[in-house]
Amino acid sequence: MSKYNITFADIGATVSVPRGTRIVEVAEKVGASIPFGCKENDCGECLVEVLQGVDNLSTPSALEIELLKQKFAKPGCRLACQAMVQGDVTLKPA
Amino acid sequence: MNKPVWLSERVQWIGAFDPDMRSFDVILKTPNGTTYNAYLVRGSEGVAVIDTVKAECADQFFARLEAVCTYAEITTIVLNHLEPDHTGALPELMRRAPQARLYISQSAQLMLKALLNRRDLDFTAVSTGDNVSLGDRNLRFLHTPYLHWPDTQCTYLEEECILFSGDVFGCHFCDERLFNDKVGDFRFAFEYYYARIMRPFREHVMKALTLIDPLPINMIAPTHGPILRDQPTRYLQRYRELSGQRLHKELNAGEKTLIIFYISAYGSTTRMAQAIRDGAEQVAGVRVSLYDMEGGDADLFIDLVEDADGILIGSPTINGDAAKPLWDLLSAFSMVNVRGKLAGAFGSYGWSGEAVQMLEGRMRGLKMRVPLDGVRVKLIPSAEELELCVQHGRTVGEHLTGSNAPRVIDMADLLASRQPEVESNATLTRE
Repeated sequence: MSKYNITFADIGATVSVPRGTRIVEVAEKVGASIPFGCKENDCGECLVEVLQGVDNLSTPSALEIELLKQKFAKPGCRLACQAMVQGDVTLKPA
Repeated sequence: MNKPVWLSERVQWIGAFDPDMRSFDVILKTPNGTTYNAYLVRGSEGVAVIDTVKAECADQFFARLEAVCTYAEITTIVLNHLEPDHTGALPELMRRAPQARLYISQSAQLMLKALLNRRDLDFTAVSTGDNVSLGDRNLRFLHTPYLHWPDTQCTYLEEECILFSGDVFGCHFCDERLFNDKVGDFRFAFEYYYARIMRPFREHVMKALTLIDPLPINMIAPTHGPILRDQPTRYLQRYRELSGQRLHKELNAGEKTLIIFYISAYGSTTRMAQAIRDGAEQVAGVRVSLYDMEGGDADLFIDLVEDADGILIGSPTINGDAAKPLWDLLSAFSMVNVRGKLAGAFGSYGWSGEAVQMLEGRMRGLKMRVPLDGVRVKLIPSAEELELCVQHGRTVGEHLTGSNAPRVIDMADLLASRQPEVESNATLTRE
């Protein structure tokens, strides 16, 4: 399976993950300072700003887009519990 | 009985007294009850109801409302906060005044649907800068989220400089004289309400104050407790003090604080704590303090916890669990905001050693970040194991100051860490 690098800019850690891994799965384990709430696209707590490779994340669902709008999220922001890695990305808490 | 109270010619209090309530939201004691404050504002071209009351007190609310207006006159319902103690009478109010337009904050939209379980809801979501006109009276909305729910907002009556603040600046204090210059001494209730309800959100309090400060204020009308008409800005000032730095900053600029809380049965976890401290102190810009929880209660430390950059907790494993004083400590963490603080655990154990992972799990659950697996030592730490603790302390210190080398990790290793141990422990426990 293809693997990609996800870099957490806030703690200077890069993790090599299989394609399709959700950011949430790895962020919590590696101790990145991304806050989590429900992890199911409801609370919007896990908002991250993608510094590089925003196109390397899965396309946001209609529900995620709705929540991003409600959180007044800037372009380039995603929910860590929803976005799946499909290429190298660098991100930090929004 | 159940008479409305006039704040001004056009503004009435139509809330409810609940003098017998003795605890609120599980987390607050209410030794003399509370009030649910709702208000009515009459303009030349409309009437607004601002917030409602708890369902059980709806009769009082409707009686007071009917004394000052008819349901057909109501054009506007504003909800500053959707918690059931303020929306309990809402469904019935909407039934009696179906023509009234509902105004809620942007973040309240999904909550309102979940609260009323109705699909046909029609409302207007508003934010800072939006307003609604009642003719010669105008309501302006302020987006003040997380005070103490995501949905909260304040509503400002321009012509009379009254701030309908929702829960912020409120307190649980039931006195039918209702105004702060008339009621008994409610300072305790005001401070206690802040400490238990608002304190975890103090950064959001500061943001809200920035929005409120430029407004001329004649009166603050919160959803609980006395209406603040005598020197209202004093209460804004008090909130600013309470939300600021609690402890005098004695540190040098850029210095990071690490607090190590521990408890020890035979001194092994103590020695680990000391070794970790020694390691962390080797990192320039890190100041470490050690506290043995056998000598202190959780509440004593909450100011320190709020101010700390990093927190480590050391516990032996006793009957497959961390020691109770540390769980008590952790249960006090939610009184302040610990989100994003660096955290970790360590400890000595005799048999299976689950405490460290359990503490790490709890701290992750509190949204603290736990970047390193904690050190565990079986029984008495050897010289090598203590050296490991020193190294671990150094690494923790480097993570605190951001001087740690960038790490490259494989997901498989991340997932594998500790897993085999967990399994063997589980087996051991069953035997």
